[in-house]
Amino acid sequence: MRIPCPICGERDRREFYYKGAAVALDRPGPDAGEAAWDAYVYLRENPAGRTRELWYHEGGCGAWLVVTRDTVSHEIFGAELAGEADV
Amino acid sequence: MRFSGLRVLWEGLTGNRGWEPHWRDPAPKSEYDVVIIGGGGHGLSTAYYLAREHGITNVAVLEKGYLGGGNVGRNTTIVRANYGLPGNSEFYSHSLKLWEGLEQELNYNVMMSQRGVLNLFHSDGQRDAFARRGNAMVNQGDDAILLDREGVRRLVPYLDFDNARFPVHGGLFHPRGGTARHDAVAWGYARGADRRGVDLIQNCEVTGIDIENGRVRGVQTTRGAIRAGKVGIVVAGRSSQVAAMAGMRLPIESHVLQAFVTEGLKPVIDHVVTFGMGHFYISQSDKGGLVFGGDIDMYASYAARGNLPAVEHVMEAGMTLMPMIGKARVLRSWGGIMDMSPDGSPIIDRTDVEGLYLNCGWNYGGFKAVPASGHCFAHLMATDRYHEAATGFRLDRFRTGYGIIDEEGTGAQHNLH
Amino acid sequence: MRVAGKGLLAGARPVTFSFDGVRYRGLEGDTLASALLANGVRLVGRSFKYHRPRGVLTAGSEEPNALLTIGRGAGQEPNVRATVQEIYDGLEARSQNRWPSLGFDLLSVNDLAAPFLGAGFYYKTFMWPKSFWEKVYEPLIRRSAGLGALSREANPDRYEKAFAFCDVLVIGGGPAGLMAALAAGRAGADVILADEDARMGGRALAESWEIGGRSAHLWVDDVLAELAAMENVRLMPRTCVVGAYDQGTYGALERVGQHLPRSGSARPVECFWRIVARRAVLAAGALERPVAFRNNDRPGIMMAGAVRAYLNRWGVAPGRRVAVFGNNDDAHRTARDLVAAGVHVAGLIDSRHDAPRARDFRVWRGAVVCDSAGRKGLENITIRTARGKEKLQADCLAMSGGWNPSVHLACHMNGRPVWRRDIAAFVPLPGAVPGLEAVGAANGAFSTAACLREGAEAGARAAEALGFGAAVPDLPEAEDDPCRIAPLWSVPGRGRAWLDFQNDVTVKDVKQAAAENFRSVEHMKRYTTQGMATDQGKNSNVAALAVLADATGRSIPETGTTTFRPPYSPVSIAALGAGAQGKGFAPERFSTSHAASVEHGAPMIEAGLWYRPSYFPKPGETHWRQSCDREVRMVREAVGVCDVSTLGKIDLQGPDVGAFLDFVYTNTFSTLKVGRVRYGLMLREDGFVMDDGTCARLGENRWLMTTTTAAAGEVMRHLEWVHQALRPDLDLRFVSVTEQWAQFAVAGPKARELLNGLLDAPLAQADWPFMACGAVSVLGVRGRLFRISFSGEQGYEIAVPARFGDSLFRELVARAEALGGGPYGMEALNVLRIEKGFITHAEIHGRTTAYDIGMQGMVSEKKDCIGKTLSQRAGLMDPDRERLVGLKPVGAVKQITAGAHLFNRGEAPVRVNDQGYVTSVGFSPTLGHMIGLAFLRRGPERIGEVVRLVDHLRGIDTECEVVNPVFYDPEGGRMRG
Repeated sequence: MRIPCPICGERDRREFYYKGAAVALDRPGPDAGEAAWDAYVYLRENPAGRTRELWYHEGGCGAWLVVTRDTVSHEIFGAELAGEADV
Repeated sequence: MRFSGLRVLWEGLTGNRGWEPHWRDPAPKSEYDVVIIGGGGHGLSTAYYLAREHGITNVAVLEKGYLGGGNVGRNTTIVRANYGLPGNSEFYSHSLKLWEGLEQELNYNVMMSQRGVLNLFHSDGQRDAFARRGNAMVNQGDDAILLDREGVRRLVPYLDFDNARFPVHGGLFHPRGGTARHDAVAWGYARGADRRGVDLIQNCEVTGIDIENGRVRGVQTTRGAIRAGKVGIVVAGRSSQVAAMAGMRLPIESHVLQAFVTEGLKPVIDHVVTFGMGHFYISQSDKGGLVFGGDIDMYASYAARGNLPAVEHVMEAGMTLMPMIGKARVLRSWGGIMDMSPDGSPIIDRTDVEGLYLNCGWNYGGFKAVPASGHCFAHLMATDRYHEAATGFRLDRFRTGYGIIDEEGTGAQHNLH
Repeated sequence: MRVAGKGLLAGARPVTFSFDGVRYRGLEGDTLASALLANGVRLVGRSFKYHRPRGVLTAGSEEPNALLTIGRGAGQEPNVRATVQEIYDGLEARSQNRWPSLGFDLLSVNDLAAPFLGAGFYYKTFMWPKSFWEKVYEPLIRRSAGLGALSREANPDRYEKAFAFCDVLVIGGGPAGLMAALAAGRAGADVILADEDARMGGRALAESWEIGGRSAHLWVDDVLAELAAMENVRLMPRTCVVGAYDQGTYGALERVGQHLPRSGSARPVECFWRIVARRAVLAAGALERPVAFRNNDRPGIMMAGAVRAYLNRWGVAPGRRVAVFGNNDDAHRTARDLVAAGVHVAGLIDSRHDAPRARDFRVWRGAVVCDSAGRKGLENITIRTARGKEKLQADCLAMSGGWNPSVHLACHMNGRPVWRRDIAAFVPLPGAVPGLEAVGAANGAFSTAACLREGAEAGARAAEALGFGAAVPDLPEAEDDPCRIAPLWSVPGRGRAWLDFQNDVTVKDVKQAAAENFRSVEHMKRYTTQGMATDQGKNSNVAALAVLADATGRSIPETGTTTFRPPYSPVSIAALGAGAQGKGFAPERFSTSHAASVEHGAPMIEAGLWYRPSYFPKPGETHWRQSCDREVRMVREAVGVCDVSTLGKIDLQGPDVGAFLDFVYTNTFSTLKVGRVRYGLMLREDGFVMDDGTCARLGENRWLMTTTTAAAGEVMRHLEWVHQALRPDLDLRFVSVTEQWAQFAVAGPKARELLNGLLDAPLAQADWPFMACGAVSVLGVRGRLFRISFSGEQGYEIAVPARFGDSLFRELVARAEALGGGPYGMEALNVLRIEKGFITHAEIHGRTTAYDIGMQGMVSEKKDCIGKTLSQRAGLMDPDRERLVGLKPVGAVKQITAGAHLFNRGEAPVRVNDQGYVTSVGFSPTLGHMIGLAFLRRGPERIGEVVRLVDHLRGIDTECEVVNPVFYDPEGGRMRG
């Protein structure tokens, strides 16, 4: 698997750390309530198909990325810096 | 038809013409008391125990592909009860007891082989963590022995004791653990359920779950609508998709776990050996292939196939631990889709929809759970009460924080368990 | 036997090898199989279940029968395909899975018991008595199963792994692959051409046809010469592409030294390649399939294509009287080649009524071979025609049931192949592997001309798609015969007709499986073991599928295939795991004091990836406890030195570091003054403790965070996550400086005295209160000093750039020894911290909360932080949780063990009574007894209570008093003093 790091270019999957769905970008406020926090930390859409997810270029530039990828075909559609990604 | 050595002899002498189908292929009826979605190990054992323990036989198991085609037919066949935390302890202990009588119970040789499971440790800290776990096993009534380095050497002399990156300090041995013939477990339960009247319906994919006023009424399938009083979702690997049909979002992320088998070899590994530092576990099948695996590929996937980094990591772990396997050749690799839960433990529970039950989140420990999972899920579906061995697998534990069962201690990141 | 004037080995050097102890001669360029056949050896193995005699079936890696063990001693290699292994001088091969000998194998008695050993028989028996499975049945089954044997000794050979990158990967060096490589190479693309054979050319080496008006192998030589001359083309013979993975990644195994004697060679045996290719051309050819008929498994019965390969490439006739049986024109080509080489063709049996006629040999049209005879090798076959049966003498039968395109790699990403009725075979689904195009025989194009054309076009297309101006090379002239075939999977009749030769799966087994309702192709496979042998069904799956389709009244495409899984051809674990044997599995990290510690005789133990000293033995100390006790006393009474460089160190700079730390730690940092240090607790977002450590404010905008050794990587990743993803608004930068600084703890009543001898300016007590930090000059080196303590004594940590670490450590140790102290290791460090009730990852093991460790007060109520909200869930604040306490032994046995469980006095040690468990223990020389830290239900409420401690595994059952986890100096006066 090859991941296109916006900073380093296409690199082997070995250089990256996977965190999970990009929902983690959308951190609720401290008072958002039980349901919002449950959804944020635990519940997952978990689609069979296209999804946005978080990868960390740990063995490279250290950037956190939002990668758009298909969980069935493993096709990768693109990657952007997490700090610049839409929530 | 009852299976036995005599039957095999008789059939052999009469041209093997008398064998009967293991199960029928009935057309789906329009209504059942219970519909089980998913004809894998867990679904089939649920149906079996619904009939066997609760006399509920008007049951259909709906399978979108072929029976036993999911993870029960695609794993490393390890059976063990070596968990350390309450919730898991009693459940896997219960499961192991069911395994121990399974051939006789099912009249089917699932080749449960209690050859012993050895977990290696490589530091004092790991030793103490294993001691804690081993003591929990004994507290539960299961067996555990703490071996020092020499004890491990006597058991498995072929490990690299001198040069390995993480030298072996000792191990936790679980003599009653072992392996079983994975497909046979699915077939044995299928045959047993079928004989008790359960309809096993293959090539029947559920496309919708009918809910009225908060109560389940049945399912829509590729072979028509089926009404049902109760519906159980037992589709690890596709749990999120099926639960979504009932408007639910689950604490599950799907990941691919690869496993491997080598060409056949004369007997060389007599136990199940687990190398925690390298995420590596291995046993040898009765046919002679080394069956082994490691960690998940670590990214969400429904592909049932993996990539080379995970493959190579497993092989590297094998080479540092037991370099005598180097000349064995990997014949086949495969991938299964794991329901990864946020604490690494499963869910067996009711849902907010009356009559709809959920069994999922087996991470990569589902195979050994097959008997107890079905047994406890059938109990829950039949009686609406938790079975005493499965009171901890509640869906709401993440929301409330009560009873989170995180054996690895890695927290709410699904792929870390 | 070798046929004079035939083959491509003319003039080759003779090579001597042995098989089962008998010495034979072959030629350089021979495979073991061709050399054995040249020597008239037909019996080479035994089948798996019935131990039937087996001979060479194929001439490729798909060989199911001729599996041998090569070599002796630690490096012996089982299950080597004789059809792939090249011979070399001194090569030793042995047959396997037979006892006592290949010729006389006692387990061949299984063959007589075959009626009782049919499909899945073992699921129906061996169940009584229950205890016999592990004791009797399974050991017997295991012993008789398996093929070759491992040596049981550590692998002695070298293996390697490597990466390669290219524009176009061409898989297979036959006519199609060569043309593809030529087209892409001429266009300027970086090309890798990989072929599993030692010699490229594919069927062009095995057939007698011509390309471009001359012998095909001469054309091959020319193309290879042109390719070899191109700088942008890399030829990789002996390299089998075994798997297709995501984004154009392919796995490939190169046999680098497999064909050479092992002794003294620096070459690796094999190299596993990860090839990243922007485009790929699959030109892997096709595999011929047998026909199932009664006793079709005898030595001497071979694939027709293999017979031609042995004849045309290696100059070997596999028999003296050869019969040919087929359902397609390749059978005729085989007979013609044999006749031309002067080999007697006993006849050709063609199942087609409209089969071509021939002048030079007899043709039975519309006939089949329905049986064979010959105990350890073929003696005759029985032919069935419309007129009846007749016997024909033959010592070799070349059979051809048609060809299966090698679709495997195209199916590795879950794409299912497509059935083509006209050629009675599956072909790849276009696009099933992104960027890969199948051509030639692998694509169902069986004529040479079609292979050349498809290869050339695909090579040009691949290059063009990547922006290279490509032209389709001129196509040389070649045969363009149509594929004429009439499907024939199995010959009806009594008896056993083999599908899977190695696993002994017969047509009967498949039919029985269907009768038992194992109708799904996956069920049939798993029930009968069809296709699960070392060839993974390459020879047999399609025929078995056809038999199943027939038995269940479905068409072949309706029945479907099983899943194609990597590897295409088996790969050794040593190759896939190359580099990891011994220490190579994970990096080794050494601190700057490593050498000095080793010189002091300290046993170095693994701490994550690091090595740290366990203790520093003094002369006369014979047990680690003696050293440990002394080191603890030394710290409590004088001064000790300990390398703490392995702790994670993160340098944070910027105006918003304080705000950032407030967000990642539970407590407040923004209020910390310059020159001060604060202890902090970090949670995961799910509310459990992630890590703890200190953070020092070195300047207005500069901070230094310390993490535990174990969690350094995780914390760094977490900080990056929080900063980049959640708080990009904060202005700061940070970097790990763990490797850049050597840091040593100097602890004990004489710590200041020691340091003052080293520092260029002595420490004034008032300037260096507890938790102070700042810059210092150490013997002229700029360093940092932190007044922090993990031992409970007056303690400092002194840091210098790593290059000074070794000399500073030696200096510190020498000065400490002069003051009655010395170095201390992990054992003493652990006891010191337990005496103080300080936690490590033994306590913060991922399941504990701030509340559990008594630090709920550190979760600030004034601000949000990572993990705060979920740490306040009811379940995480439940007083009934297991919470941190100290333990002191009060029973008859004054021992505590980590991992023991706790129970109420008088209650049975069973799960339902479980009250908690012990995490850390040590003997406190300071207090004179063992001490322990434990998690106990409602623990803090139970101080003073006596509990039962049980460690089943170590045979301990005693009582302990629950005490405050801070055993020593609870007020902290010594630390602050």
